[in-house]
Amino acid sequence: MEPKPASGDSALIQGEHTYETLSEKLAAVVEKPPPGAWWPVFLIGGLGAALLLYAILVTFIQGLGTWGINIPVGWGFDIVHFVWWIGIGHAGTLISAILVLMRQDWRDSLNRLTEVMTLFAVLCAALYPLIHMGRAQNMYWIFPYPNSLGIWPQFKSPLTWDVLAIMTYLTISTLFLYLGLIPDLALLRERAQSRFTRILYGVLSLGWTGSATHWHRYRAAYVLLAGLATPVVISVHSVVSLDFAYGVIPGWHITVFPPFFASGAIYSGFAMALTLIIPLRKWYRLEDVVTNRHLDWMAKVMLASGLGVAYIYLLEIFIAWYSGEPFEIRQQLWRFSGPYAPYYWAMMLINVGVLQLMWFPRFRHNLWVLFIVSILANVGMWLERFVIVIISLSRDYLPSSAHLYHPTWVDWSLYLGTLGFFLFGIALFIRFFPPIAVAEMLHLLHKLRFHRHDKQGGSPPHRDGQDPHTPR
Amino acid sequence: MRARNLWVKVLFYGGLTTVAIVLLVVFSGVAVGGFDQRVGRPIPQPVPFSHALHAGEMGISCRYCHAAVEQASYAGLPPTETCMSCHSQVRAQSPLLAPVRESWEKGTPLAWNRVVEVPDFVYFNHSIHVAKGVGCATCHGPVHQMPVLYQAKAFEMRFCLDCHRAPEKYLRPREEVFNMNYQPPAEQLELGRRLVKAHGVNQANLTDCSVCHR
Repeated sequence: MEPKPASGDSALIQGEHTYETLSEKLAAVVEKPPPGAWWPVFLIGGLGAALLLYAILVTFIQGLGTWGINIPVGWGFDIVHFVWWIGIGHAGTLISAILVLMRQDWRDSLNRLTEVMTLFAVLCAALYPLIHMGRAQNMYWIFPYPNSLGIWPQFKSPLTWDVLAIMTYLTISTLFLYLGLIPDLALLRERAQSRFTRILYGVLSLGWTGSATHWHRYRAAYVLLAGLATPVVISVHSVVSLDFAYGVIPGWHITVFPPFFASGAIYSGFAMALTLIIPLRKWYRLEDVVTNRHLDWMAKVMLASGLGVAYIYLLEIFIAWYSGEPFEIRQQLWRFSGPYAPYYWAMMLINVGVLQLMWFPRFRHNLWVLFIVSILANVGMWLERFVIVIISLSRDYLPSSAHLYHPTWVDWSLYLGTLGFFLFGIALFIRFFPPIAVAEMLHLLHKLRFHRHDKQGGSPPHRDGQDPHTPR
Repeated sequence: MRARNLWVKVLFYGGLTTVAIVLLVVFSGVAVGGFDQRVGRPIPQPVPFSHALHAGEMGISCRYCHAAVEQASYAGLPPTETCMSCHSQVRAQSPLLAPVRESWEKGTPLAWNRVVEVPDFVYFNHSIHVAKGVGCATCHGPVHQMPVLYQAKAFEMRFCLDCHRAPEKYLRPREEVFNMNYQPPAEQLELGRRLVKAHGVNQANLTDCSVCHR
């Protein structure tokens, strides 16, 4: 069958693809041996994960004194990285859920990878609230369960909300990822060459046959979950922001923090997604499905959310001046010219300055520029959390309690370790599960090119009328 | 294929039910302290001291041995001198009492095994409870019937809070505190409310952390 001439959004899938060639190409990521670059990523990630375990062990055995935190700066790298990782996770749900509700077709080839990114970023983030407790063995006291102590958690604390928010977020993003995977798992089951893979994907695909009833309910559940995940994604990072905005510290007690943090999360999440997708599409030769147009749109979302962040940086300065509150003014001056001023100005340079490159199509379409800007954006958002958490705490109301923060090797190892675990998890995931949602892409291909129903044309592999349970 | 589906269903629903049952049992156990190993387990002692004999049959008052209970936070274990005030004459040659005589001769205290032990971050005070009309048996159980002492209650925090939140359910007249055979009257609530007022129990801050955890 001749594909219809490409027009408009047809650019979302490039090349002369039929259902067969497209599913062949996307399944090959899992079925063929990985490209050469996979092994170094896997090994470096594994080493990082081992470093993470070692640093956690040191923390648990020797205590929190091995970290650089001190009395005014009780929250150090632990919370900086917690917020950073949670923020990164948000782009995944944004692409999966919000863009589904907006019926954006360009999310179809991005959602799987960003959902995986979400899962592992949230796992990295969820680690920090556990290990930054002095007595991590008592962490379950934060759960509301009837107990012989006769006491319950304090539901007025944003840290208690954090627990609910993160656990809900982890659950809903895992469910979302798995629900999306089911048709692809069934495809891999049907294509399986060995008994082991057939059983593996057969068990995981839960007997999916791709019947019309299945698809009807699947779409309903998917849209419903998207509708539920959207308020969750916005509220989770808002809850995280309340950890600070609830405080009375100058630099923390600002009412714009919830939307500020949420837009920062989208900004850093899209940046991380670009950082991952640009090498991935090259290594796996996925340029046909993750086109320059996709990257262009992601860069535009990054720009839009980054501008939200930049706006609030400027608003913070304005509010400090407008409030006439001496401690607020002093906090801003401390950021401008204190010992941490380089961090502040680097943040402003990246998140306000470098970001403006994304206005220009020339830079958005240059992969190297886009890649470097996406990495810089992650650095910038790291700096933002550093500015908020550490600079604000290092000097507040009493001059006698001003103290600087110096991270130790354990702090750094935990950070590098979570980066390693993140890479390790994603590398393992895309080795076993397709990083591009095959069913979504076939559906998109159908929408773009094969609107007319044609028996001779390709049809999705699980609609071929053959009972998928019959052994081949 | 049908057989496999049946197996899948059995595994799925079976697994789900098992997890639910395990969670239910664990959490209900946690909630009521049902898995506490300490309750009702007699603790062997260097000397087979019988409360059933001394407090029950012979009717010695609790305060004869636990003398500090009305004045101090710690009720106090009797020193060897208290034992020897009778046992220098009574059954002076009994082999069961050999450790007591040895302690008396050498001047080393008897190493009793502690039965009730709350953690050191709990600052329990006996005298205040006695003064406000909490009977011995309310917390320690029928000690006068125990040949070997055991812990009658788990002394978990909820046990304490149950009474601190509603003391009228447990209070008795001051003169009945050491009466091990006291039975609460039918109109306990009415009596209790009267005693709360009469004994000046300040209920406003009775469940504040600082009451016990200083």
